[in-house]
Amino acid sequence: MIDALLPSALDLARFQFAFTVVWHFLFPAFTIGLASYLAVLEGLWLWTGKAVYLDTFRYWLKIFAVAFAMGVVSGLVMSYQFGTNWSVLSDKAGPVIGPLMGYEVLTAFFLEAGFLGVMLFGLDRVGKGLHMTATALVAIGTFLSAFWILSANSWMHTPAGFSVTPDGRFMPEDWLAIIFNPSFPYRLAHTVTGAYLTTALIVGAVGAWHLLRERRGEAPVRDAGMDAASSARFHDAGTALADGAGDPQRPSPGSAAESRGEEASERGPNPRARLMFSMAMWMLLFVAPIQAVLGDLHGTNTFHHQPAKVAAMEGHFETERGAPTILFGLPDMEAGETRMRIEIPYLASLYLTHSWTGEVRGLNAFPRDQWPTNVPLVFWSFRVMVGLGLLMIGLGLLGGIMRWRGRLYDAPWLHRAAVAMGPAGLVAVTAGWIVTEAGRQPFTVYGHLRTADSVSPVALPAVATSLAAFVVVYFLVFGAGIWYLFKLFQQTPRAGEAAPPQGQPIRSAGITPAPSVATGASPGPQPQPQPAE
Amino acid sequence: MDGTLAAGLTGAAFWLPAIWAGLIAFAVFLYVCMDGFDLGIGILFPFMAEKAERDVAVNSVAPVWDGNETWLVMGGGGLLAAFPLAYAVVLPALYMPLILMLLALVFRGVAFEMRFRAENEGQQRWWDRAFSWGSMIAALNQGIALGAFVQGIAVTGRAYSGGWWDWLTPFSLLTGAALLVGYGLLGACWLLWKTEGALHRRAAALAWPFAVATVVAILLVSAIMPFLQPAFAARWLTVPNLLLAAPVPLLVALLIWRFFHALAEDTGHGGLADARPFLLALGLFGLSYAGLGVSMWPMIVPPAFDIWQAAAPPASQMFLLVGAAVLIPLILGYTGYVYWLFRGKVTGESGYH
Repeated sequence: MIDALLPSALDLARFQFAFTVVWHFLFPAFTIGLASYLAVLEGLWLWTGKAVYLDTFRYWLKIFAVAFAMGVVSGLVMSYQFGTNWSVLSDKAGPVIGPLMGYEVLTAFFLEAGFLGVMLFGLDRVGKGLHMTATALVAIGTFLSAFWILSANSWMHTPAGFSVTPDGRFMPEDWLAIIFNPSFPYRLAHTVTGAYLTTALIVGAVGAWHLLRERRGEAPVRDAGMDAASSARFHDAGTALADGAGDPQRPSPGSAAESRGEEASERGPNPRARLMFSMAMWMLLFVAPIQAVLGDLHGTNTFHHQPAKVAAMEGHFETERGAPTILFGLPDMEAGETRMRIEIPYLASLYLTHSWTGEVRGLNAFPRDQWPTNVPLVFWSFRVMVGLGLLMIGLGLLGGIMRWRGRLYDAPWLHRAAVAMGPAGLVAVTAGWIVTEAGRQPFTVYGHLRTADSVSPVALPAVATSLAAFVVVYFLVFGAGIWYLFKLFQQTPRAGEAAPPQGQPIRSAGITPAPSVATGASPGPQPQPQPAE
Repeated sequence: MDGTLAAGLTGAAFWLPAIWAGLIAFAVFLYVCMDGFDLGIGILFPFMAEKAERDVAVNSVAPVWDGNETWLVMGGGGLLAAFPLAYAVVLPALYMPLILMLLALVFRGVAFEMRFRAENEGQQRWWDRAFSWGSMIAALNQGIALGAFVQGIAVTGRAYSGGWWDWLTPFSLLTGAALLVGYGLLGACWLLWKTEGALHRRAAALAWPFAVATVVAILLVSAIMPFLQPAFAARWLTVPNLLLAAPVPLLVALLIWRFFHALAEDTGHGGLADARPFLLALGLFGLSYAGLGVSMWPMIVPPAFDIWQAAAPPASQMFLLVGAAVLIPLILGYTGYVYWLFRGKVTGESGYH
């Protein structure tokens, strides 16, 4: 009796994968876009020579370093999960998906890891041009990583270009057909665009938050602000002095004076915060509507290849011509119906079949053992994703209107809305991920290999122990990491923003060199180690 | 057992698995060398009293550790692509040590960034602990996994059929300890090369006990190895093979002698002389690894599968090999470039000198 209620090793392995992959994807969803954003900022700095771009670049570079480190270590876990927990899948599908992941390592991981060090610590070692190249290579690496892993993932959704041996192993027949399998272009475009929006929302929220703070007089940046900023740094300076560590990379008096002059000449609110907010609003205005179109295309593609998933997303149990879009309802798998529906007639047929009376198959058209195992989860996650997507479009439109009226930096309600929407991208990406992954159950290789037949022969206590350990460690470590990220978001973006602190072995506990606090000067723009010979 | 299955194979079906076995062995060896010294720095953390010393030690690897660790992903990813059966059998068999290793690497990798973000000494101490314990547990479990792997894996059909504690044996604990002290040695030699002043002297002092422990571990493991599996004994202790394999232990003895010589000569004046202990320690690792290769070849899941039995179809191996042939030289090139970029001594005064 009790056995039936307890989770099986399969359930725990599934939950472990879901838990580790959701945690993992939070970081690349942010860093894929952030890497490109950094490349754009550095490019603009090189092109225009304006310090505001370099300062904003350095501000986000420190954040990138922390988020990227968490992405790397949580990703390392993923690359081993296939073997530790899904060994039968690895044995059977390894000949097809293994080389795709191999290409991810060869083209993306090494590129990112190799040039990250140059990007973080190398500006003075390699010069501007090569540093820009390193930043661009890291950005390209994040995209290539998404390309290969989404190709492998898409192949499992829409397998193509393979044959099956008598003992059930997948053999590659046509690599182009495998890589560019039917759902891949849509999934890639939709996911990468989602990552860009995620970054834009976070960057916009941070910019907006600093504009709001400044408006409330908490963190002014101009003349009077120098004192407030200095006192805010006092805590840091105290720590540094307690450590007995004078900062060796003190800015030269000239550069400090220069940046003070620069800061004093700034007009209006913090230009770094303005830049962040403005770029984020441009991004939302144009890209959020594009994402809606891409999402619709991806959905239509799924409708052709995984109709049971779309039925779960829509909450359709009965096959209908002129099927409605159910806005809200309670899908009941036992009863085989969605209760308490609020629906718009004909709409689902229109966007899925491009005809008012097109036929849309419901779940009842499929054998019960091919239904997604958790229909309400797919149904609700889909609504969360779409709802947030609509809010993003709305925020982008409001930003566009306020910009047109010349009040983009003078609309606290808009800034508050942007702050509130900061995590919306992460939530939407996660919800979308759940839609597509929970929706392809009960298969790992859709239509060919069932999840229950993919799992490792590992004893239940081993899976339970490792799952518990993952939960504890991830909440502890990544929780702390995210706390530090918020600390970094709270730092006011300044003129003469410092480089990441690793370049300063004896650090001043904050981003501000201690001596500059003593003199009241802001840190100079070049607090970096000199190249060596 | 050589070529029981390979006998009938010709052409690509024979060579592709052999090439891939070599490539994966190469990737794992690079991993052991490169992450070895940066894990070693975490292993040596408890012996560095001052925060300033720890900062310099971490900074000596900060620009390169991520690339170093990527070779571990390459080893795992390459195994999945080229030998999916081996991947599918070995990883469940080594479930616990591998999961522990991954969790330890999570702590350690994040601590790299976080110890610089810490807002007070208390927080930094915690991240230092995460870095140090993470490095030690990762090293220990890699060694345990290696020992359990070499001892042999229970297989039925195409799947692991042992229990979830099979990996825990006296031998696997020995190899765990061996890798722990071995990485510690690499870390000490790296610091010897890359730092100066008090930290350099401390590294020189630490290199001695870690070197002695590593040599003892190499001797113990080598003495036990031939008796673990009949195939190993046949490889090392029969007459024609004995002569062919003899150079490996002899070279080990030579390297150990040169190594202690170099350590005793340490002047701390910089230049290539400071790199010598590190390079000789890598040589020791290389020879031990070669010895392991001599024992194992051509088994990839001892004693059940050789590399041809576990191989992915030629279409899979060839597809990735084309990319690897182009990309691995490129990767080695830019990795070398990054190391060159951050060359020279690291000091507390001005980062990279």
